[in-house]
Amino acid sequence: MSKPEGELTWKDLKIGSIVTEPGNASQYQTGAWRSQRRSLDIKRCIKCGICYIFCPEGCIEQNDEGYFEANLFYCKGCGICACECPTEAITMGEEE
Amino acid sequence: MTRRVGIEISRAIGEAVKLANVDVVASYPITPQTHIVEHIAELVADGELDAAYIPVESEHSAMSACLGASAVGARAFTASAGQGLELMHEVLYVASSMRLPVVMAVANRALSAPLSVWGDHSDAMAVRDTGWIQIFTENGQEVIDNVLCAFRIGEDQRVLLPVMVHLDGFHLSHMIEPIYMPEQSEVDNFIPPYQHPLPLDPDKPVTMGAFAPPFIYSETKKAQEVNLTAAKEVILQCWEEFGSIFQRYYHPVETYRSEDAEILLLTMGSFGETAMIAIDAIRKAGKNVGLVKLRLWRPFPFTEMPRFSLCWTGPFPLADLRDQFAQRLRQPYIMKTRSQR
Repeated sequence: MSKPEGELTWKDLKIGSIVTEPGNASQYQTGAWRSQRRSLDIKRCIKCGICYIFCPEGCIEQNDEGYFEANLFYCKGCGICACECPTEAITMGEEE
Repeated sequence: MTRRVGIEISRAIGEAVKLANVDVVASYPITPQTHIVEHIAELVADGELDAAYIPVESEHSAMSACLGASAVGARAFTASAGQGLELMHEVLYVASSMRLPVVMAVANRALSAPLSVWGDHSDAMAVRDTGWIQIFTENGQEVIDNVLCAFRIGEDQRVLLPVMVHLDGFHLSHMIEPIYMPEQSEVDNFIPPYQHPLPLDPDKPVTMGAFAPPFIYSETKKAQEVNLTAAKEVILQCWEEFGSIFQRYYHPVETYRSEDAEILLLTMGSFGETAMIAIDAIRKAGKNVGLVKLRLWRPFPFTEMPRFSLCWTGPFPLADLRDQFAQRLRQPYIMKTRSQR
C-alpha cells in the first residue's frame, strides 16, 4: 500500500477495495489483539512441535536452538499452545 | 430492420439476453422463477446461445455463481422475484460492494405470508438499499430495451455496478405483447465487450471481498455511494444514445398530462399504462388529473423528481396496493425534498 492504511481515503482505494498485492495480510499486526502473552520455559520444553502444529495463527517458528517460539507480531494470545503443551512448558500471563 | 414479434415478455427477455451474448446464466429454476431462465436454458441447450447455464439449488447460490462469473470477466445474468430475491438478499450487497455488474431481471412479486406469487413491489422495495441500480419498466418493449441498456450501464467503466430491471410479475412477466426485437448487429454495436479492470486472473492475482477494518470499510462504502450517485449521468447518456439508435427514449421521471394537473398520480412499473387510461377517462369527466411515472428507482432521481413536488401543494396520492407500500415509496424522497426546503 502506498499510504499507511489509517490514512487511506475512498479516493485511494482500488475499485471494490480489491487487494492487488498478494499476501499483504502479513502486514496486519494481529498481535495487537493480544491480552495474554505466552512464555516458554525451555527447561521443560522437549521440542516436540505440538504447539507449532496447533497454533491457529501459524505464528510459531523453530529457532536455531530447536525451541518453538511465537512471533509476537502475529500471536493473538489465544493460549491453545499452552493448553496442548504435554510438558506444561508454555504458560500464559497478562499482557502489559 | 428490427422485427416486431408477438412474444411472452419473459421469453423475450431470454431473447434479449441472447442478443447481449451473455457468458454465464446461473439460476434457480422453480417458483417464484418465471419463464425467463426457462427460455434461456432452451436457447443454451439448442446451441443458439453459447453460454454456461448453471442450474443451482437456491437463489443465494444463483447470485453467488453470477458474482464468480462476473469477477473473472464474464458477462453474467440471472432472474428472480419475490421470495427468491429475498433469499439472495445478502449476496446482493456483495455484488454491489465488489462492483460486479451482474444484470438481473426481477419479475416483482409479493412477499409471504400469506403465500402469494402475484404482482407487487414488496420485493423491489426490500432491496432498494443494496446498492444496485434499479430500473422500473411499464411494458414488454421497455423491459427488453432496458435489459439491453442494463448491460451497457452496469459494465461501463465509470459505473461497474449490478443492475436490476424490474417488470411486474404476471402483469408483464406472463403477458404476450408485440415487441420490436433489435438486430444482432445493432446490439453488438450498442453493448461493448465487458472488461473488469481488475479481474480474477492467476497470472495477476487479486483478492476480492477481503476483510477490511472499520476505517477501510467506511471509505469503501463512501466510494460506492459516490459511484452510485454518479452512475445517473451514465444512465442518462445510455438512454439518450439508445433513443438516437432505436427511437425509443427513456427518462428517470416521465409524465403524462401533468402540466395543468390539479391532482398528480405517482406510479412505478406497469401501473403507469392503467393510470394513463384512467386519467383520460377522468379528464373527460372534467377533472384535471395527471401522472408522474418514476422509472429510475436507484440511484434516486433527486434533481428530476422535486420538479413535480417541491412547488406542489395539492394532493399527491400514490397508486399502490396498500398504505404501507406507499409509505415505503414516499419516505426516501420526502425526506430528501424536505431537507432541501
